[in-house]
Formats: sequence, structure tokens, C-alpha cells
Amino acid sequence: MAEKLKLELVTPYKKVLSEEVDEISATGKLGEFGVLPGHAPFLSSLKIGEFCYKQDGVLHSMAVSWGYFEVEDDKATVLVQTAERADEIDLERAKAALGRAEDMLKKLDPEDKQFKIYEAALDRAIIRMQVAGKAVRK
Amino acid sequence: MPSLKSIKKRIGSVKNTRQITKAMKMVSAAKLRRAQENVVAARPYAIKMSEVLGRLSGNVPSDCSPLIQRREDSNKALLVVVSSDRGLCGGFNANLCKAADRFVKERKDDFSEIKIMALGKKGNDFMKRRHGVWKSHANILSTLNYQTAALIAQEIIDGYLEEEYDEVHIVYNEFLSVMSQEVTFAQLLPVTPPASENEEVEPREYIYEPDQAELLAELLPKHIEVQIFKTLLETVAGDHGARMTAMDSASKNASEMIGKLTLIYNRARQAAITKELMEIISGAESVKG
Repeated sequence: MAEKLKLELVTPYKKVLSEEVDEISATGKLGEFGVLPGHAPFLSSLKIGEFCYKQDGVLHSMAVSWGYFEVEDDKATVLVQTAERADEIDLERAKAALGRAEDMLKKLDPEDKQFKIYEAALDRAIIRMQVAGKAVRK
Repeated sequence: MPSLKSIKKRIGSVKNTRQITKAMKMVSAAKLRRAQENVVAARPYAIKMSEVLGRLSGNVPSDCSPLIQRREDSNKALLVVVSSDRGLCGGFNANLCKAADRFVKERKDDFSEIKIMALGKKGNDFMKRRHGVWKSHANILSTLNYQTAALIAQEIIDGYLEEEYDEVHIVYNEFLSVMSQEVTFAQLLPVTPPASENEEVEPREYIYEPDQAELLAELLPKHIEVQIFKTLLETVAGDHGARMTAMDSASKNASEMIGKLTLIYNRARQAAITKELMEIISGAESVKG
């Protein structure tokens, strides 16, 4: 298809991406979804997960945390709290964070308020490592 | 007539002061640029957020989230005062504190109680003396990040849900330009959805995932976070801007003073020389005579 999607990805710190892409896939709250040009208006919240887009046949992937995704008239807007490209991720730090989160989770009671925070940290670390792993393989 | 030595000392001390104010101005100018960039960078996020919020809240019953629902008997309020941590920045904090003080006095009749949350040290110090502070966060501005804003937002929301207060207002210095900051009031909670501009044009059929109400409920706390983050960023930028202008005029005043003092010093020196000459001449005359 000749048509393209206009993708804009913003975080509170900066506008990360503003590009023409062919295909987007992301992890929504209810599961993974993919978007191609010509998609119906769609709004979904995103989970901590992987965010991929295809541009000129190359698949780029990023680790994102909470946010939401909107597409309308082939214009996709993504608002996320953090977004890191695969090559920006510090694998050592992610591993350390994973270890920390795991330790804390073992100690804490699932009822504890902190439990959720560390659970999220665990998710973030896992996703970061996943995405970073892909960059290495390329 | 002050002695020559004392004038010289004054000139030296004013010069020192000028050096300090000049340095502070330079530092603020450098930091201001960074802060300004941050404000601009955060803007798209905030704008997009309120766009989506406006679209979502358009056709949703108001009872889907407690954060949007207006409480009928609202009698306790929270005022969030966002000031900076350090002084020497002109009327930046003073104006803000005065406005907050006025707000509390004027709205005393509307609410049975007005609690105060102070962000930043100056506002905390001022409000503590006048009205007492419920909660305060100081020294968050120098290392500001989104997480800090999120934590504060969470604290505000928690208090709101536990019915510690029924309305939340925020007062901060809006960053208009380097030279001008304006004290601004805004209502944080309950959220008044931003009116979407072109809602009449065509109400589009959206696919929502999960459903609209759930999305909205998830979005609202984030909206508060963004608002807090934005006001904090603007305060940082405004603080540096105000300090820069204040220090600039302080340096100018110091230069002016140095000029005046130098003039006095030179006159005094001249007078002393003349006096000495007269003494010598008259002494010589008397010896001759």
C-alpha cells in the first residue's frame, strides 16, 4: 500500500518521533494490536511493553511505559511516559533493576502498596531487556 | 564628610556585590535556557493529553470517575502553592504568596476549611506563618523530573478520594516570557474537561479499548500529573527568568552607585590636596614675611 501512517510519539520530556511509517504494533491494555494505514479511528491505553513500527521495511522497536495510543485519519499519536529506543537502553542497568525488583517482590506482601510499584518496575526491566536483546541480534 | 579611606572601602564592597549579582545573573541565564527548552518540550504532551481528554469526556456520564464528579456539598478545599526554593528573584515569590494569601482570605466564607500544600520552600515559609501548611515538598525543583510530579499528583488524588478536601486549586507563576511571569489560579479537581473546539463538526465513531469510561478513569490521574509537572516546569523557568531580571537591575544599581561614590571620593581627594597646598603656601609666606 502506498499510503503511510504519520506517527508522532511524545513523552513529557520531548517529542521522540515524528515520522512516516508503514505499520505499527503495540501492546494495549487488552492485548497486542497492529495498525496499518486506513485504520478506523481508534483509541487505546498502552501497557508497559514493546512498541514497534516498520519504516521502509526496517522494524524499529522501543520500550515504552504507560501511555495511550490514538489513530485517526492515518495520523497516529502516542503519548507515553517514557520511550527508549533499543540502542538507548542500558542493559546493565535494566538487569540491576530486575534483580532489585525481584528481591523486593520476594520480601513484600502482595497486599502492600509498594508491591505494585515494584511489579511495574519488574515489567519495565523485563521489557527493556527484551527490546535491547533485539538490538543486539541485529 | 566621610574619610577617604571609608569611601574607598565602600566602593570596594559595592564592587564585590556587583560581581556576585553579575555571576548570579549569568548562572540564571544559562539555566533559564535549559528550563525554557523543557517547558517547550513538555507542551505537546500536555496539549495532546487535553485534546484526548476533551474528546473522551464529551459523552460520558459524569459519575464514571470520582475525579470528574462535582461534589454537591463542597466545603473543604486544598490550595496548592507552587513557589521556588530560593529568594533573590525579585517579586517572584512575594507576588505569588500574596495572591495565595488573598485567595485564602476571600474564599474563607465558601469553605469551612482551606488546607494548604506548599511546593517549594518560599511558599512553605510564608504560608506556615499565616495559615499553617498541611503538607509540603521543598527542594524538588533543582532536580525536577516526571516521577516527582507523579508522586505529588498521587498524593493530591489520594487525599481527594479520602475526602480530605472536595476541591483542589493550584496557584503558580505562569511563564509568559523571560521578563514576565503571571500569577495564575487553576482548578485541578474535580477536573473540568477542556471543551474540544470542533466538537460540533463531526462526532466521530471511535473504537475504544477498553471502553470509554474505563479509559477516562485511567486518563484523569495522568492528566493531573501532567498539570503538576507543567506548573513545576513553568515555576523553574519563571524562577530563573525573574532572578535574571532582578540580578540584572541589581548589577546596574551597583554600577551606578560605584560611579557616584567614585565622584565623591575624587572630590574629597581634590579637597584634601587643595587644603594641603594652602597650608604649605601659607606656611612659606609666613616664613618669608
